[in-house]
Amino acid sequence: MAVKLDEPLGRVAYVNARILDPAEGWDGTGGVLTDGEKIAAAGPGLFDAGRPEDAKIIDCQGACLAPGLVDIRAHLGEPGEEQKETLASAGRAATAGGVTSLLCLPDTNPCIDDMSVVEFVARRARQLGLTKVYPYGAVTKQLAGKELAELKLLRDSGALAFTDGVRTIADPLVLRQALAYAATFGLVICHQAEEPSLAEGGVMNLGENSTRLGLAGIPREAEIIIIERDIRLVEMTGGRLHFVNVSTAESVEVIRRAKDRGLAITCDTAPPYFSLNEHAIGDYRTFAKLTPPLRDEDDRQAIVQAISDGVIDCVASDHTPQDEESKRLPFAQAASGGVGLQTLLPMTLELYHNGHLSLLKALDLVTRAPAALMAMDAGRLKPGAPADLVLFDPDRSWKVSSDVLLSKSKNSPFDGRPVQGMVLRTVIDGRTVHTHGA
Amino acid sequence: MISGDTATTDFPHRHLLGIEGLTPAEITFLLDRSETYVEQNRQPDKKRSVLRGRTVINLFFEASTRTRTSFELAGKRLGGDVINMSISGSSIKKGETLVDTAMTLNAMHPDVLVVRHADSGAVKLLSEKVNCAVINAGDGSHEHPTQALLDALTIRRRLGRLAGLQVAICGDILHSRVARSNIHLLTTMGARVRLIAPKTLIPYAAERLGVEVFHDMAEGLKDCDIVMMLRLQQERMKSNYFPSVREYFTYFGLDYEMLAHAKPDALIMHPGPMNRGVEIDSEVADDFYRSVIREQVEMGVAVRMAALEILAHNLEPLAETNL
Repeated sequence: MAVKLDEPLGRVAYVNARILDPAEGWDGTGGVLTDGEKIAAAGPGLFDAGRPEDAKIIDCQGACLAPGLVDIRAHLGEPGEEQKETLASAGRAATAGGVTSLLCLPDTNPCIDDMSVVEFVARRARQLGLTKVYPYGAVTKQLAGKELAELKLLRDSGALAFTDGVRTIADPLVLRQALAYAATFGLVICHQAEEPSLAEGGVMNLGENSTRLGLAGIPREAEIIIIERDIRLVEMTGGRLHFVNVSTAESVEVIRRAKDRGLAITCDTAPPYFSLNEHAIGDYRTFAKLTPPLRDEDDRQAIVQAISDGVIDCVASDHTPQDEESKRLPFAQAASGGVGLQTLLPMTLELYHNGHLSLLKALDLVTRAPAALMAMDAGRLKPGAPADLVLFDPDRSWKVSSDVLLSKSKNSPFDGRPVQGMVLRTVIDGRTVHTHGA
Repeated sequence: MISGDTATTDFPHRHLLGIEGLTPAEITFLLDRSETYVEQNRQPDKKRSVLRGRTVINLFFEASTRTRTSFELAGKRLGGDVINMSISGSSIKKGETLVDTAMTLNAMHPDVLVVRHADSGAVKLLSEKVNCAVINAGDGSHEHPTQALLDALTIRRRLGRLAGLQVAICGDILHSRVARSNIHLLTTMGARVRLIAPKTLIPYAAERLGVEVFHDMAEGLKDCDIVMMLRLQQERMKSNYFPSVREYFTYFGLDYEMLAHAKPDALIMHPGPMNRGVEIDSEVADDFYRSVIREQVEMGVAVRMAALEILAHNLEPLAETNL
């Protein structure tokens, strides 16, 4: 739907809702009152004494009203790969998925290692008026893993945090300097842990299945070794490191021990790693080719466990659009990654439906927790906070398929899967930017 | 001139290898002696004869113009015979070891060796192999004692004291011998020292040297009496100590806006040579009232004269007939 940024907003009362706010621990019947672009009041029982007369009333009909989702990792394709995704198509997919704020990865072309690119991406996204887009800055120039990018200048231009995207910083000295330099200014570095020399040539998890399929494997150790190494560097430098896409049982064990020692380490994972295993590859399905690769069932269960006991801090979509030309290829040649903006909510809710988490805890992983990690003013229903809301029915089911996915690319690893959790309305800065069926 | 045997008790050392370990009284003695030479150097007749008959060799294993010239002038004004040897080109390439060079020079019977070397500890090693007095003119990232003394003299002449002052040392502290000597001298004399730099340029466990560490320049400069900038070698960029000169200058460079966070009359110091626009803005460096950078150079000669005088005094006295 078209968004009119200059339309006056006034006050809007969202009534008759099941209010869910993990930050406040709210789960009860109530509402949210927005005034312009901000939340004026929220909470269970908010309109029990009567509805405000001067506000436009939106009846939520008992559906769940929660803070808009915060997705800390998505590839948006622009600039450079507009055939796969644009800020506009990603914005439509994100709002349809209830995502109101997202961080986009810097591996664009040109990459986000320069202040001008940070400003370009942020300005383009702002003009669209869809999901709020915050760029990551590159840790190293050209994402080459050799020379530090201008971290603080990038930060002051709007980069929220720093990463080299799917590229692991292989040289320990470069990461040491990056962590120390970033710590100078309190900046967060996000790191995908995969030792390149061990992963080189690999296309799926190393194991019995890679042997049967005749595909070159990526050992779990590629991930574990880097995590273990990085923890030492964090300890040495006092840096602030966040591991992304954690995928193996032992990775979370190593991180658990580091956290127990009080180190400033956090981590996330993406839905494929808690809801799929390597058998999703089946008969060479390239939509299930991801980075890191899908692991085996024991790993998947360990990731679920780590989410439930808090070792994994939050969940990100790891949205990675790939067009048909990149995926309709022999498995080894196909590009890696899957779209995820519209499946972030239903797949996270699956943890609730399967009894692993409460509804509030599941929502926490995609609202308060990621926002807190990136120190964003988002992910909660606090008076004065931006009026970013998602209205959804946690039980309503739908089937993931290319015709409901709004991304320009349709490469979902969950393609064909029936899921539960339907976004009915998405509100950003007080404006409704998506309604179901519209 | 030092009278009688006072030097040996006021400064009972054969060499001047570093500031670390010197007592407040010894530092004060060096500064007081330097003070007498400041006035003398401003007179038309600058020549004295306390080093008459003495041989000073300036032995520089690392390129230097300013420090070498300063020592050379100091030696000549005191009436000594001064020889300059720059080894970076000749013997090193011929494979002679540091100790061999020391032994060779020792055989020529110098009285004072002024030594600069790119390796920390090299001057100490050399001092153990020779019979003369040795002044460290800078060893690696370790010490540069005469620089710290000339900085202290400059401060003392301007502000009348060292104790109780708040001094900020800003920049590449990790690789700086100037910073280390200044930290030792200032903390020994009761000044409070802050180090300001990105984490990559602060040495490991720096707090253990009795200083406070800051990574935010504005915060670190607050209430400072002295702002001491260090030279930033741009080659360090390649080793990822900082990403670019413009980023460095934006957050750690000294311009008037940044300087406003220090005390209104804070003095600006720099050991030179400066990189204008890298660590220090030209306007600030040239501030007539607050920049004492040229005064530091002037004090350098006086301090080196005092150091040469005191160490020479501590040597075996010359027979009258030799004079």
